[in-house]
Amino acid sequence: MAIEILKEKYTGRIKEETLGVGEAAVKIGGAAALPFHGFEGEIPNPPKIAMEVYDTAPEDWAEAAVEPFKEVINDPVAWAKLVVERYGADLVCLQLAGTDPGGANKSAAESAKLAEQIVGGLAGTPLIVYGTGKVEKDTEVLKAVAERCTGSNLLLGPVKEENYRFIGAAAIGYKHGVVAQTPIDVNLAKQLNILLGNLGVPMDKIVMDTTTGALGYGIEYTYSVMERIRIAALTTNDEKMQLPILCDVGRESWKCKEAKISEREAPELGPARERGILWEAMTAMSLAMAGADILVMRHPEAIRLVRETMGEVAKCD
Amino acid sequence: MALSGIEIYKLLPRTNCRECKFPTCLAFAMQLAAGKVEISACPHISEEAKAALGEASAPPIRPITIGRGDYALKIGEETVLFRHDKTFEHPTGLAVLIEDTAAPEEINSKLKQLDESQFERVGLTLRADLVALKNTSGKKESFLSLVERVKDTPYGIILMSDDPPIMAAAAEMVKDNKPLLYAATSDNAEAMADVAKTTGAVLAASAKGLDALSELSDRLSKAGVKDMVLDSAPESISQVLYDQTAIRRLALKKRFRSFGFSTIVFPAQLTDDPLKEALYASIMIEKYAGIVVLSDLAAYRTFPLLVHRLNIYTDPQRPMTMSQGIYEVNIPTKDSPLIITTNFSLTYFIVNSEVESSRVPTWLLIMNTEGLSTLTAWSAGKFVPDLIAPFVNKSGIVDKMANRNLIIPGYVAQIKGELEEELGSDWKVTVGPREASDLPSFLQKLAA
Repeated sequence: MAIEILKEKYTGRIKEETLGVGEAAVKIGGAAALPFHGFEGEIPNPPKIAMEVYDTAPEDWAEAAVEPFKEVINDPVAWAKLVVERYGADLVCLQLAGTDPGGANKSAAESAKLAEQIVGGLAGTPLIVYGTGKVEKDTEVLKAVAERCTGSNLLLGPVKEENYRFIGAAAIGYKHGVVAQTPIDVNLAKQLNILLGNLGVPMDKIVMDTTTGALGYGIEYTYSVMERIRIAALTTNDEKMQLPILCDVGRESWKCKEAKISEREAPELGPARERGILWEAMTAMSLAMAGADILVMRHPEAIRLVRETMGEVAKCD
Repeated sequence: MALSGIEIYKLLPRTNCRECKFPTCLAFAMQLAAGKVEISACPHISEEAKAALGEASAPPIRPITIGRGDYALKIGEETVLFRHDKTFEHPTGLAVLIEDTAAPEEINSKLKQLDESQFERVGLTLRADLVALKNTSGKKESFLSLVERVKDTPYGIILMSDDPPIMAAAAEMVKDNKPLLYAATSDNAEAMADVAKTTGAVLAASAKGLDALSELSDRLSKAGVKDMVLDSAPESISQVLYDQTAIRRLALKKRFRSFGFSTIVFPAQLTDDPLKEALYASIMIEKYAGIVVLSDLAAYRTFPLLVHRLNIYTDPQRPMTMSQGIYEVNIPTKDSPLIITTNFSLTYFIVNSEVESSRVPTWLLIMNTEGLSTLTAWSAGKFVPDLIAPFVNKSGIVDKMANRNLIIPGYVAQIKGELEEELGSDWKVTVGPREASDLPSFLQKLAA
């Protein structure tokens, strides 16, 4: 008897979206099966990896995470070029940590100018611009970024229930996509998509961020919420669920104590570099298994591991 | 083949005697159909009906125990494909491979790794479970001396040899430890089945591909083997995902008996890259493996894997909790600040890690809110002034501190006034930040 997998029949499909413009534009989404289940449905675009670039030199990073970028750590424009040219990033994610009102409090105008310079230097690789999550400041900053980078088809986030109107309107006006962020909950995620839709943001300009919990810090909640969203998207015809998902992995995983602590301080946990890389890679790979379409990541070695492994899991025999 | 609840009901006494603890025979039948209770819970069922039901009432994936005592590893009994439907039942067992060609120092160092790979987290000890001893040399003496070296350790044991006489001798040495024998193949099935039956061991069935595996599983069942573990010998990680998904789906949705067992996988056979091996293992933990055999247990790989296993096998309906009490961060003194928050483990982890990174010595007071996060606990009436105040006063923290300042989470700023009243006039309550990520700057300002 020939044993066959019990194939699921999926009726839905994730929306295919285009980021960036021109020849270097990147397509995400489009899947008609569960992640890496190419044996029972089409998965046209495997998950993409966006590499982080920071607007201010990070002060509290693990040594291993700084090392690959130390020559560009004070120059975000050069940093962005480096991640594309040396590490082959599919996308670049500009993290505007320096706009935090409790920190460097950089202005909206300064951030917009930086985003424009980065786009100008990238030869087309699509750009994601991420604020700090402080809703008022993000509104101000992302509106300015949207205006200054008109026509570049950026992805702007995180857009929350508190500021979706303002950033959503700017995205419509200047033709960008948005990342809708909600706190680890299926219904809240759907609700924000509905609100953005009512505002006039086209569904194929929205990506979801269900809030990333890192390994050991709530990954199981993110993992299950993503699985539930993806199953609902594929088995019903609810277009408010059929959107690609972004996971902010680099920032969340490298801030964990276990990824950062030195071997001298915690000898029982083994070498810090490999431990940190694996902490990020394992977080990213698990979320890819749960349905991530964009993984925002930090360490080149973690990225290599996840990129290769995703390629190997996706291979259909 | 599986019977429906109604079909089972027709075979029951239909007296609604309630001795099975269910209100009606029909309710009991439904639970039987779902594989959630055992037929033996009905004291009045006829032998005929029992025989007819035996097949249908067994759990879709057979529960199996390997090893003994503290290290006994239970696998199988899974009932779902996705953890949000119902908790994954028994965490994947992690094993370390030791070959009988290894030098004595290597053997000792791997056993030492197994002994030392124990980590405390949320009040649990996370550790690997098993040793997998492999007869790489093909020689009986080398294998038996390796088994001899390991047999009095507390770990569960997997014996790996394809030679039935060698396996018989080794299994005999550790039969009190309920080992797993790896593996029966199409070439040695009946002989291995005999070894397993004689020694009471669990037997792994190993065959390349699902067709051959299902045939082999049936052959072993016919030979009288009940406790089995499956190995489809995948050649790639994509094949692992396919096979594991097929086996779990067929076992649960079709009650396909040949696949009604837990599985074993070997990530090191698919890659030489130690980091990738760990990444493969993490996929195997998510995707249904019963046992993962690792090439070694270096802490930088084992620790994240153990945390991942804990995360994936957590009950999704019941949040993980910390024990209530006083936690010291950065070695606090009597003048250090005091922060109170809830015992939802995620809240604790995030707050603790931010306070740690602030480097400000701080007292952290964790209150039992049954695992609810701050705002939810407040709205559920479990993190409110008339409960917080007596808890603070009885916690013993007052003896450790000279000041009477309490910092509360920003999300419950509204309780400040009432809490000050409840605590008494010598206390001052300060509202902390809403987000834990703002704690370092908050604490540093406070300390300045």
